[in-house]
Amino acid sequence: MTTLKITDLQVSIEADGVKKPILKGVDLTINQGEIHAVMGPNGSGKSTLAYTIAGHPRYHVDGGTIELDGEDVLAMSVDERARAGLFLAMQYPVEIPGVTVANFLRTAKTAIDGEAPAIRTWGPTLKKAMTDLKMDPAFAARNVNEGFSGGEKKRHEIVQLELLKPRFAVLDETDSGLDVDALKIVSEGVNRAHADTGLGILLITHYTRILRYIKPDFVHVFVDGKIAEEGGPELAERLESEGYDRYLTPTA
Amino acid sequence: MAVGTEAAPDTTAQRLGIVAHSDGPFVPVQTRSERPKSTLHDDFAAVEAWQTEWKLTPIDRIRDLIDGPLDGSPYPIQYPDVAHTTVEWIDRTDARIGSAGIPEERAAANGWSSFEKALRIAIEGEPESLTVTRAAMGSAARAAHVLVEAAPQSKGLVILDSRGSAALTENVEIVVGEGAHLTVVSLQEWDDDARHLASHFASIGKDGKLTHIVVSLGGSIVRVNPSAHLAGEGSDAELLGVYFADAGQHLEQRVYVHHDAPHTRSRVTYKGALNGEGARTVWVGDVLIGPRAVGTDTYEQNRNLVLSEGTRADSIPNLEIQTGDIVGAGHASATGRFDDEHLFYLQSRGIPEAEARRLVVLGFLIEVVQRIPEPVLQARLVSALVAELEGAA
Repeated sequence: MTTLKITDLQVSIEADGVKKPILKGVDLTINQGEIHAVMGPNGSGKSTLAYTIAGHPRYHVDGGTIELDGEDVLAMSVDERARAGLFLAMQYPVEIPGVTVANFLRTAKTAIDGEAPAIRTWGPTLKKAMTDLKMDPAFAARNVNEGFSGGEKKRHEIVQLELLKPRFAVLDETDSGLDVDALKIVSEGVNRAHADTGLGILLITHYTRILRYIKPDFVHVFVDGKIAEEGGPELAERLESEGYDRYLTPTA
Repeated sequence: MAVGTEAAPDTTAQRLGIVAHSDGPFVPVQTRSERPKSTLHDDFAAVEAWQTEWKLTPIDRIRDLIDGPLDGSPYPIQYPDVAHTTVEWIDRTDARIGSAGIPEERAAANGWSSFEKALRIAIEGEPESLTVTRAAMGSAARAAHVLVEAAPQSKGLVILDSRGSAALTENVEIVVGEGAHLTVVSLQEWDDDARHLASHFASIGKDGKLTHIVVSLGGSIVRVNPSAHLAGEGSDAELLGVYFADAGQHLEQRVYVHHDAPHTRSRVTYKGALNGEGARTVWVGDVLIGPRAVGTDTYEQNRNLVLSEGTRADSIPNLEIQTGDIVGAGHASATGRFDDEHLFYLQSRGIPEAEARRLVVLGFLIEVVQRIPEPVLQARLVSALVAELEGAA
């Protein structure tokens, strides 16, 4: 079984020349096929965890390990991590002028698979992935994320998730900024990928709303760079009614 | 934005800017159309480093082209036989010479004073595309003069393909007849040691349209200054440029669009990349909306992508408006570093760094290349840009 194992992860960023610790010892193990929700208030370090797994250069790992089936993820470059089977659906996907969606997706698929997709099947595969996410296939000719609405950018992220077939996906606030219809479409895409490939998912969210559509096996509450509480889906229901206040209010 | 002021010089010397800037209350020429013009080298003041026109140019490396004697004899050219096109050498006294414009600075005037015969390239009707290749200009300082003419209602593409060695000062006149649609591509793929100063003067007649594309990749110093005179009502100019400066390379373009008739339109888009120690680019974009040019619609932009340390890109848009009754006038200029977030996004999808970089840079520059209506040349330029990227990586 494939496992993504995070052990005592400590991460800082540098702001105005001052080192600022964000993650203060995170332990998290995700097995293939499991869906883990990481929830927490703003500024608790959820996105830092996501970007550190993906290897964004802004985040400095001060201690701890991330292992994918025993392999040292932290020693891999960003693209090596993706080719090893990790995927990050970003909260704010960037626009890339002059690079079409079709060119981007084919280049990415070729890089991940180690060979170019068959011309005959790739076109229909791409078209189906886009229509499944209710994206007009005409978007293939547009530049990556350029002029896309917030919802279209998120759907484009999930199109990539379905096409690239990673072993583990981190979804960084994929639900933010989506209306109910878009949230359903995106959630269906995630569930479809989960059913098709049995990938492990780390679902990062501020709200419980998306958990109505994507059912987590485990819920972790993130507070101040650490996991404050863990449990099953019932923990999410409790957060729904109580919010994060009890984690933030100092106990007497 | 510089709003035009009336300069009223009272002596010939002042009119041609011969008076040094320290000589008393000299009012500098501000309105672009009132800049001194002459075909004679000596009518212009000696070129000095403080002059606006030259202060961003390494003038000490081109003194011979500005002031020296120039060989003005015809040079070898190659071109295919294309029906409805004419390629010929004409005498410097030919009445058609000077019809699109004349020099506004000393180097161009030196070229004009020195050429013996002009290369005339003319199209009629709707011919196939015509490429004129200049690959044996030699390394001795020379002058050249080119006249490109599109007959009224004609439609065509003329590619001036320059390669090999050169030390060249030249003037290129482009005459777009009434209702004609002409695309001119000026391709500078010179050898590394080439030096090239060019002024392009385009005059566009009623309802005519010029698409002018400057591609500068090779050469040590390349300065191509295109100007478009929107002389006829309803005329249109698209001035495009793409350039890639390597270590030690100076690529400069000073663009001037003169809206001089009602309902004229212009779009200026120049995009460049800089990579390597001493890579240097200059873009100046002057747009003048004259008093007669009601209904003008203009937008100019320059974007530079900085790929390494040790480079410098100057980008100076100027807009001068002499009538308020216009459709639109705008400009934009941006010079930015390669965006690491682009790289991160592509790499996070498994694309290796070198390939991700190539995708982003080509994506940035391709917008201009795609405007060349000639697939074979497009493909060649994409390969040339990839080679630039890899050569400097």
